[in-house]
Amino acid sequence: MRKTLFDKVWDAHVVDVIENGPQILYIDTHLIHEVTSPQAFEELEKRGIPIARPDKIVATADHNTPTINQHLPIKDALSRNQLEKLTKNCLKNNISLYGLGHENNGIVHVIAPELGITQPGMTMVCGDSHTSTHGAFGTIAFGIGTSQVAQVFASQCLLLEKPKKMRVLVNGELKKGVLPKDVILYIIAKLGTNSGTGYFCEYAGDVFENMSMEGRMTVCNMSIEMGARGGMIAPDQTTFNYIKGKEFAPKGTDFDEKVAKWKTLATDVGAEFDKEYEIDASDIEPMITFGTNPGMGIKISEKIPYKNESSFEKSLTYMDFEKGKSLIDTPINYVFIGSCTNSRIEDFRVAANYIKGKQKAENVTAWLVPGSQRVAKQITEEGLKATFEAAGFTLRQPGCSACLAMNDDKIPSGEYCVSTSNRNFEGRQGQGARTILASPLVAAAAAIEGKIIDVTKVLEPVL
Amino acid sequence: MEKFTLLKSTAIPLASENIDTDQIIPARFLKATDKLGFGEQVFKDWRFHKDGTINKEFPLNNSKYSGSILVAGDNFGCGSSREHAAWALVGYGFKVIVSSFFADIFKGNALNNGLLPVQVTEDYLKKLIVHLEENPTSEVIVNLEEQTIESEIGNASFEIDAYKKTCLLNGYDDIDYLISKKQQINAFEATF
Repeated sequence: MRKTLFDKVWDAHVVDVIENGPQILYIDTHLIHEVTSPQAFEELEKRGIPIARPDKIVATADHNTPTINQHLPIKDALSRNQLEKLTKNCLKNNISLYGLGHENNGIVHVIAPELGITQPGMTMVCGDSHTSTHGAFGTIAFGIGTSQVAQVFASQCLLLEKPKKMRVLVNGELKKGVLPKDVILYIIAKLGTNSGTGYFCEYAGDVFENMSMEGRMTVCNMSIEMGARGGMIAPDQTTFNYIKGKEFAPKGTDFDEKVAKWKTLATDVGAEFDKEYEIDASDIEPMITFGTNPGMGIKISEKIPYKNESSFEKSLTYMDFEKGKSLIDTPINYVFIGSCTNSRIEDFRVAANYIKGKQKAENVTAWLVPGSQRVAKQITEEGLKATFEAAGFTLRQPGCSACLAMNDDKIPSGEYCVSTSNRNFEGRQGQGARTILASPLVAAAAAIEGKIIDVTKVLEPVL
Repeated sequence: MEKFTLLKSTAIPLASENIDTDQIIPARFLKATDKLGFGEQVFKDWRFHKDGTINKEFPLNNSKYSGSILVAGDNFGCGSSREHAAWALVGYGFKVIVSSFFADIFKGNALNNGLLPVQVTEDYLKKLIVHLEENPTSEVIVNLEEQTIESEIGNASFEIDAYKKTCLLNGYDDIDYLISKKQQINAFEATF
């Protein structure tokens, strides 16, 4: 039978199928963090069940960590307790932890790929919906709830119904200034926030084939924002080159053998999907959101649509935007470049390239938060840090930061924030905060101008 | 996990669509390391104004509404995977959520906490919300064994995975089941 990439990886991990019920899926790698794991550890302890495979778990502290003065004790008692619990739980159960200050520390979906933990053909889970990021490697990766974290702890397996399959094909050439973030924001705006619910989504076509691993991760990361549990891109030479030499990647002949296996994962010609969409790359432009879900996006040059639905109107009231208006020239006081969507080296290269030789607008508070210690190091080594500092920006320390505003990085009520993160929900970046999702390029331009501008009008031909 | 068989209760209508888990439980309340106390924070930023005063307009605060069934708009529970959302709803006292569409992860989290997601058609949902707004003391019956929802606007059936149904009816959870399959899992691991 002709199989899709998703079928091949899924079917290889099925331990058993329950009649009229779910399947038992084996999990290769389980990533955990401080926020969604403590109750799972507690559950197992309460039941006297040991952790089945501590060697298959990797832990990091990211959601609730400060992004300044990480060497100092955390002031907030609850946050401190949460991190201490993670450390204790990992020590007690012999789990690798890259805690605060560790050279491998960072956002869970940034560190696993950069350490070579994420590999094609794997099943990976984490108590975080953006686990879909790892699908960029041809991995089945998805977010789970804490009860499921406990299930994986107890058995290294999950009980799941096999999702349906969809494919989004994007062919053609992307326009100047269109980044992977714009591609996924465009897809979500076009298909809707629940178009992927119940599905795993494969992204295919030459746009993804020509994309870097960082770009593919940005795309797969936001699969959940259209409801899809996960997104996947077939592994190819770009994938293998990225993995080669990484700390936990296979080495020598072992690597070659793996590559030979990974090459067989691509979707067979003629394999069937439950639904399929085709998008012309040339129709995509730099995107921006105007509402309170990631599907409420428009091309930056477009105007907010007219729609008479109460949820739509409630959303515009929250954002203080009007139907029929353009977002161009909207003054903004906050910019956030970071999150598991856009905090990799390439994102900072794009931002630095735009910022170079310019100055940050005085009214703007900009938080530049690298996804990991390694990204932070690379930013310095490539001289990007110097560029940012010369332009009046300061870099913060790695973590999820203002994406979900669990730590002190909160956008004040009523303020607009052009953010490279993934969710513009009400209050996501702080109570009353108004989030405008965009690419690192659009965000960098907003930080320089102090307002939203149409980046396509100011780009150098090289970009 | 608590058993679920049949529930007869008044219901609270919440017409908003795309209610994400950040609204159900804002991230600033996710610092706890146990499952307790989330019920008090459910829909915090909708239940209270920024100055801390109560928002009397919000259905959960409106004294005409009561009950352990929440009837909410399309695509309920989207966004973050935080199970804290399910804990918050259960903690507040909800046992059933009725909507025309549930986000995947939330649905799983709800079922793992004995909170029953009842998916009805958009048409049924709209009529039920209007009916409840006009008749807040009207009762709704949710029968898991029969997979039906009964109300004054009529009856409807809903789908649920047979395995999950058995779990809820008996109060089992997935950990119990997976542990019982340990030998098979070990054998699979050995060949992998």
